[in-house]
Amino acid sequence: MFDWSTAVITAIAVAAAATVYLRDGREHFIAILSGDFALFGDMLPKVLAGCLIGAFVTLILPRELVARWVGHESGFAGLLIAALFGFILPGGPITIYPVAGAFLLMGADAGAVVAFITCWTLCGYTRALVWELPFFGAHFVLWRIAEALPLPILAGLLARVAVKTGLARIS
Amino acid sequence: MTLAVDILLWAVVGTLAFLAALRGRILLHTGARDGAIDFLRLLPRIAIGVIGSGFVAEALPRDAIGPWLGPGSGLLGVVIATLAGALTPGGPVIGFSIGAAMLKSGAGAPQVIAYSTAWALYAVHRLVMWEAPLMPARLVWLRAAVSLPLPFIAAASAMLLAQP
Repeated sequence: MFDWSTAVITAIAVAAAATVYLRDGREHFIAILSGDFALFGDMLPKVLAGCLIGAFVTLILPRELVARWVGHESGFAGLLIAALFGFILPGGPITIYPVAGAFLLMGADAGAVVAFITCWTLCGYTRALVWELPFFGAHFVLWRIAEALPLPILAGLLARVAVKTGLARIS
Repeated sequence: MTLAVDILLWAVVGTLAFLAALRGRILLHTGARDGAIDFLRLLPRIAIGVIGSGFVAEALPRDAIGPWLGPGSGLLGVVIATLAGALTPGGPVIGFSIGAAMLKSGAGAPQVIAYSTAWALYAVHRLVMWEAPLMPARLVWLRAAVSLPLPFIAAASAMLLAQP
């Protein structure tokens, strides 16, 4: 499958590499390249571990069970539990959105589903450890996550307010 | 630090593999195979993203980034970063490598936080390609709508705390 976004990034990377080579010379080019390779080598074991965690959790933790937990809780506890699962569950969009859909079927409200997706995308531990940490370093990532922690609950509450006031309707 | 993270991640992998093995050999094999296939699929993208971000950060002129996204760019910088995050296509490799390139080429931390928060919450490409087909449409738009202020809140708390 041809992947447009990867193709565009490749083109940008090649153009940037050529710019650095022509402007700053060969030595500087090689210094940056070796730094990038060190980062790449640092990421590989983490990415492999992240992929395996995603595959095993998908197999071991049945979607229905998680959905039943989240669906049965309401009120503020419902938001907290949904956010907690967002923090724990690994995986990409293909695995996470069907789980969120199952929450709805099991009786979770829109606020809980919104809190779940927001926490998964902002605070999920596999995402942070596998992807963000090698690029940004521990200091930056810890602060970013600390500042993001209240956001899933806030988003869930906003979604509830929107539904209650009739601004949004979830059929 | 990075070694500690590796150990933590692989301890989780070991525990999960053990739990899978308790339920049968087939589950263990399926998990290992699925994970390995995912990894091989990601590999070229990671290589391009990582190597690309290093060169992009170096190639970008610092004087050009500063006024738009630098630590002194304030709210305007946060707005630009949020828009850029919403318009960035692709998976984690691309989003994080652009964020890292921004930070290296002189963007401020609150602006980079706004960028990655907006990209994580409502990258238009992900909403349309992934979330809309798999979720009830009204819920997708509701989630995107309530997420609109979140990058600004994250950036504001980064500014107030003066961290990272």
